[in-house]
Amino acid sequence: MAVQTKETKNIMIVGVGGQGTLLTSRILGGITLDAGYDVKLSEVHGMAQRGGSVVTYVRYGSNVAEPIVEEGQADVLIAFERLEALRYAHFLKKGGVLIVNDQRIDPITVVTGAAQYPADILDTLRAKYKVISADASAEALKLGNSRVFNTIIIGMAAAHMDFEKEAWLKVIEKTVPPKTVAINLAAFEVGYNLK
Amino acid sequence: MSEQKIMLGNEAIARGAYEAGVKVSAAYPGTPSTEISENIVKYPEIYCEWSPNEKVATEVAIGAAISGVRAMASMKHVGVNVASDPLYTISYGGINGGLVLVAADDPGLYSSQNEQDSRMVARAAMVPVLEPSDSQEAKDFTKLAFELSEKYDTPMMVRTTTRIAHSQGIVTLEPRVEVEDKPYSRNPAKFVMMPGNAKGRHVYVEQRLKQMAEDACTLPVNRVEMRDTKIGVITSGIPYQYVREALPDASVLKLGLVHPLPRKLIEEFASKVDTLYVVEELEPVIEEQVKSWGIKAIGKEILTVQGEYSANMLRKAILHQELDIEEPAAVPARPPILCPGCPHRSVFSVMNKLGIHAAGDIGCYTLGAVAPLNVIDTTVCMGASISTLHGMEKAKGRDYIRNWVAMIGDSTFMHTGINSLMNMVYNQSNGTVIIMDNSTTGMTGHQDHAATGKTLMGQEVPAISIYHMCKAMGIEHVVEVDAFDIQTLEKVVKEEVNRDGVSVIITKSPCVLLKTTKTTHKLVVHSDKCKKCGLCLKPGCPALTKAEDGTVKVDATMCNGCGLCAKRCPFGALEQVAL
Repeated sequence: MAVQTKETKNIMIVGVGGQGTLLTSRILGGITLDAGYDVKLSEVHGMAQRGGSVVTYVRYGSNVAEPIVEEGQADVLIAFERLEALRYAHFLKKGGVLIVNDQRIDPITVVTGAAQYPADILDTLRAKYKVISADASAEALKLGNSRVFNTIIIGMAAAHMDFEKEAWLKVIEKTVPPKTVAINLAAFEVGYNLK
Repeated sequence: MSEQKIMLGNEAIARGAYEAGVKVSAAYPGTPSTEISENIVKYPEIYCEWSPNEKVATEVAIGAAISGVRAMASMKHVGVNVASDPLYTISYGGINGGLVLVAADDPGLYSSQNEQDSRMVARAAMVPVLEPSDSQEAKDFTKLAFELSEKYDTPMMVRTTTRIAHSQGIVTLEPRVEVEDKPYSRNPAKFVMMPGNAKGRHVYVEQRLKQMAEDACTLPVNRVEMRDTKIGVITSGIPYQYVREALPDASVLKLGLVHPLPRKLIEEFASKVDTLYVVEELEPVIEEQVKSWGIKAIGKEILTVQGEYSANMLRKAILHQELDIEEPAAVPARPPILCPGCPHRSVFSVMNKLGIHAAGDIGCYTLGAVAPLNVIDTTVCMGASISTLHGMEKAKGRDYIRNWVAMIGDSTFMHTGINSLMNMVYNQSNGTVIIMDNSTTGMTGHQDHAATGKTLMGQEVPAISIYHMCKAMGIEHVVEVDAFDIQTLEKVVKEEVNRDGVSVIITKSPCVLLKTTKTTHKLVVHSDKCKKCGLCLKPGCPALTKAEDGTVKVDATMCNGCGLCAKRCPFGALEQVAL
């Protein structure tokens, strides 16, 4: 299949260990491979997964060398949590898009009182970046399954990426467990239409 | 067209083993190597197992190779230390069927206690090393390792790093090639490494390395990419990708075989470029050898021996580029923590209350060293908790360690803790060992071991009883306690640390993330009874936070109803209710 762009695109997914960012990276990997791109992904396993700050990098293009995205390079930064959005926002390139799941998970430093959870994160970010945010967990609950919040986030990001909507639907159908295809497709639709 | 798949580096190594006709694989879990075995198990053609530790795993693979089949052992870098005893000597003996040890290094310490470089071990053991730089090479080099192993009668090391092991890339799949078993014939001069035989083999090993170094000059995985000759770079592994990204016009000598080095090829390459750089993460293994041949090169003068590299790092260090990068926002750190409902938190909360110090060990429970738990004082390596406690007792006497215990998980106890406990009994120690049995190898993502009753291949087997092993050593006081029964645990700990002799407390409760662990309770908050004292928050459960008014509130999506906080509340503001 023909490759549309020579330039490598950089996507980052950040969140809290245990939030399930892995499905998102599998779907992104799947759609880029289907479209005929070279693709590399890099993720975190082991100790950091235990409630720590986690990052996944996805890079695709005609020929991808390094598997990581560096500061100032991300075309799209997908944050599963507000504080993590703020932590990694400087990875965005100029004109990059920041997708934020409007959820707060207190790090242990906040729970123990050693640090304060920053107030007004979304306002801070909006002053500098193009921000698309929604409470994906609440939207997922409306669909009747809180676990599909990550597919809603994928939908939010998809609206700002190079692929046709049909390609997303196809790869989601291929990737999620067969019993959950219908609700995941509905969740994608919700995210895709959030403005 | 052959099938292409996106594969994790570790998955690609497993695929390489499969395609190479491997028949036996053994390992002990360790980040970033664990997924190799977790993918090998998907190929029914390969017998695979979790061994109790890396030394055993390597010896299992050695036995299989001597019997004539292709065999592999995989482990993280510190596991190579455990396996180094058999590794150093099988290097002398050589192989029959191909033998490969996969060593996964962890520059940047994502999940490790040190940043050592396995290439140094391999050099000392005179074992040749292949180093892939993406998933496709992870598969190809694994296969090549078996070819070279059999061609040169040597064990081979495939060295990866976290960024290779845990990155995914496109891999072209090929079919498995069944390799005929090599015939076995008795050959003590080769396989019985006693002085007379080993002397002869040492001569062979030196010769083998010399031959390989010579042949390495024409080995296709050692590849010269001539471009602009102002800058030339010798590199290998993941740094190759950073070099290509940052210096796309530079000439590159990409080494696939990083030990032994192809001296003539390197000399030729060096002579063709104006300035030569060596770019390798961690130790200057290639650089020091290149410089020792009188070749002028730049390496660790401008590049660090610590952590991971990146393209930006090379842009700054080699091209002196000013990068327009924003300062990161100042935000609270989010270090890893024990999960909500983790039985280790319950045990640590008791130790913290009693003011106990612990000689700690390797596992999720190493997090018992940090706030708010602050129980663990020392962590060295697998199994060290028990032996360091013993050392303290021998140095300072029983009374000095009255408020000390050793704390170790079940899998780590089976790995090497058991030797240390034998030593305490044998050498008449005094001290209390707490084995936190959560029925799994937790931190690496839930692998079975000899005390769980299930093998890597899914077979149900009799679980070795940790309790009876301790009793069989002659330890009189071995007490099993439910990890969440904090009242009994407190009483037992007080009793045991005040006793003379060796005693063992086994705290039992399965890891909350195990699929077999069912949520049976939920937490109900009675805000009207909350006195805002914060006692419930002390163990640092992430599911509990303070509401605006200072009373406690629970995040129902995170809480699994373990009830630790309810047990700590003297006012009945938190209630554990059966579902």
